[in-house]
Amino acid sequence: MISLSLSDKVMIGTALLGGMAGVVGSFAVLRGRALVGDMLAHAALPGVCLAFLITGQRNLLNLSAGALVTGLLAIGAVTVITRWTRTKEDAAIGIVLSTFFGAGVVLLSIVQKPTTSGNKAGLNSYLFGEPGGMLNSDLVVLAVVAVVVLAAVILFFKEFELTCFDTDFARSQGWPTLWLDLAMLAMLATVTIVGLPIVGVILMAAMIIMPAATARFWTNRLPVLLLVSGLVGAAAGLIGTQVGRGYPAGAAIVLTAASLFLVSLLFAPQRGIVSKLLSEYRLRRRVAEEHLLRALFELGEAELPAVPAINLSTLRDYRHWWSLERLLERARDEQLIEWDKNQVQLTPLGLRRAAQITKAHRLWELYLVRHADIAPDHVDRDADDVEHLLPESLVAKLEQELAAEGRLPTVLAEMPISPHEIHSEQGGTTL
Amino acid sequence: MEKIAFEVHDMTVAYQRRPVLWDIDLSIPEGKLVGIVGPNGAGKTTLIKAALGLVTLASGKVEIYGKSYEEQRHLIGYVPQRESVDWDFPVTVRDVVLMGTYGRLGWFRRPGKAEREIADRCLQQVGMAGYAKRQIRQLSGGQQQRVFLARALAEDAQLYFLDEPFAGVDAATEAAIVELLHALRSSGKTVLVVHHDLQTVSDYFDYVILLNMRLVACGPVETTFTTENLQKTYGGRLTILDEAAEAIRRQKPLP
Repeated sequence: MISLSLSDKVMIGTALLGGMAGVVGSFAVLRGRALVGDMLAHAALPGVCLAFLITGQRNLLNLSAGALVTGLLAIGAVTVITRWTRTKEDAAIGIVLSTFFGAGVVLLSIVQKPTTSGNKAGLNSYLFGEPGGMLNSDLVVLAVVAVVVLAAVILFFKEFELTCFDTDFARSQGWPTLWLDLAMLAMLATVTIVGLPIVGVILMAAMIIMPAATARFWTNRLPVLLLVSGLVGAAAGLIGTQVGRGYPAGAAIVLTAASLFLVSLLFAPQRGIVSKLLSEYRLRRRVAEEHLLRALFELGEAELPAVPAINLSTLRDYRHWWSLERLLERARDEQLIEWDKNQVQLTPLGLRRAAQITKAHRLWELYLVRHADIAPDHVDRDADDVEHLLPESLVAKLEQELAAEGRLPTVLAEMPISPHEIHSEQGGTTL
Repeated sequence: MEKIAFEVHDMTVAYQRRPVLWDIDLSIPEGKLVGIVGPNGAGKTTLIKAALGLVTLASGKVEIYGKSYEEQRHLIGYVPQRESVDWDFPVTVRDVVLMGTYGRLGWFRRPGKAEREIADRCLQQVGMAGYAKRQIRQLSGGQQQRVFLARALAEDAQLYFLDEPFAGVDAATEAAIVELLHALRSSGKTVLVVHHDLQTVSDYFDYVILLNMRLVACGPVETTFTTENLQKTYGGRLTILDEAAEAIRRQKPLP
């Protein structure tokens, strides 16, 4: 602290702010309170101006106290409006947010009149954010708040998690959910208010919402979500102030956060758009290949165990194909079929795969027709194979039913798994 | 003499001056499977919430094993309606079941190995052992319901309140839940269940609470679940009365 250059201070300060906004924002977003942060930030402006008009000084603690007072007033106003009128919460937040912000802008213009006394430098930063005006004492306040918030989240993790997920259940166990909720709200308010001079009233909400929304792409576990969200927030602060030099800092930080969000939206595993498109493409390719193998199997099923070559035209007429040639090429590359101009024949490997697929298909069909109404909840939709998709007992039953109808692809039972055994038992004939 | 597990005296509950439950008086002996039955808006869920201290009573009191709810909280297990939570919340199935142990753990203590074992055992009891590490978003309706049941089991309670556990679940899950309820009863627990399907009341429960803002009747199914009482509960609604008549007919052949 003794001899930090201004740029070091700004770096540490914005990273601290981004980190804690990410952590606190995660709880707010999960609790459905993302907009409350926005309202708190806007409603803080009149408080900041009033505090300055009364004390005539610009220091973080004074102004934050003012911000806190009007912020709490705003929350009270929303509560009263939703409780006693038919206005919905989002509308009430909109009303209160803009009213308080309007009052703030008016007060700001009064503060900036030449006749008003006091050192006004930096008050403007509350609108758009200006970390360049950061004092040593501001950095200390940020650090203290960060430590307190982090400690609270670590101490009360279990309690916050339960309150956010299922408030009624938490209350039934005797947890004081009202106080836990208030504690989360207090953390949100504190972080929002200390962040105002850095990011600005208008953009502070983005610091609350974006890191949490970004982190949600990367994980399904709350502890990891908090960590990632904090890191994203800190990174946005660091990178934003470095890259965005010469531009309004709040905007630079928020745009950095938005870029991180965009990258996650596109490239996150599972939830990202690219990964979703990729897996959709893979699925379509797999389904097409399975259709091909099943068609070849069914066309030659009557002649089993011999595997006849199928005429390409027969195959083409069997069902509707979407670029059959490319499909055949790929299947040939995977050595599932042999393809000779107008004739297609399953290889031993292809036959085994085709029999498996056909069996799975028929089991699944039979299940849907006869048993789906009984146990749709027992279907494990994440599993790839029908054998794993349904409970084992049900698969056994379905197999019996298929066998009774003579539709169970029996080639599986006759076909040894290992190629070595094919030679020893069947005299080297390719099946 | 059998113990009284759950007792309500002169209870009235009002939401913003509009009464939802009037002068409820009832007592449930220990070890019973109790169906709470009544039309929509009859206050079934409110009765449960009042018992759990989730809504303020306008008058009267609730007793659990003869003492106030605050003193007996540790004896209570709760299964809220499935729709009451956000199933996209970033937790796994086991995380949710672990929440059942939080009441016992108290402030600051984290669930450890012992709690995880309890959670896995409870998941096994509801047939969800293989799902511990799944994100809850991936579950079907019936699976969500069973996870909630497992969480209540992890509370290791004496008295369970279930709010519509059969809503939107398939036949197999319904059968599994009924089996679980019977297992709970055989180990001496008392279970109160908000239930909608009049047809199955006499099959599933041995005690019934008929509710329509006031208490119509409360007692053993054989003597309480009668056409007369159902008429009082549901008023003149014909379709429901037909259903009720059907339900009574089904009950007749039983001794």
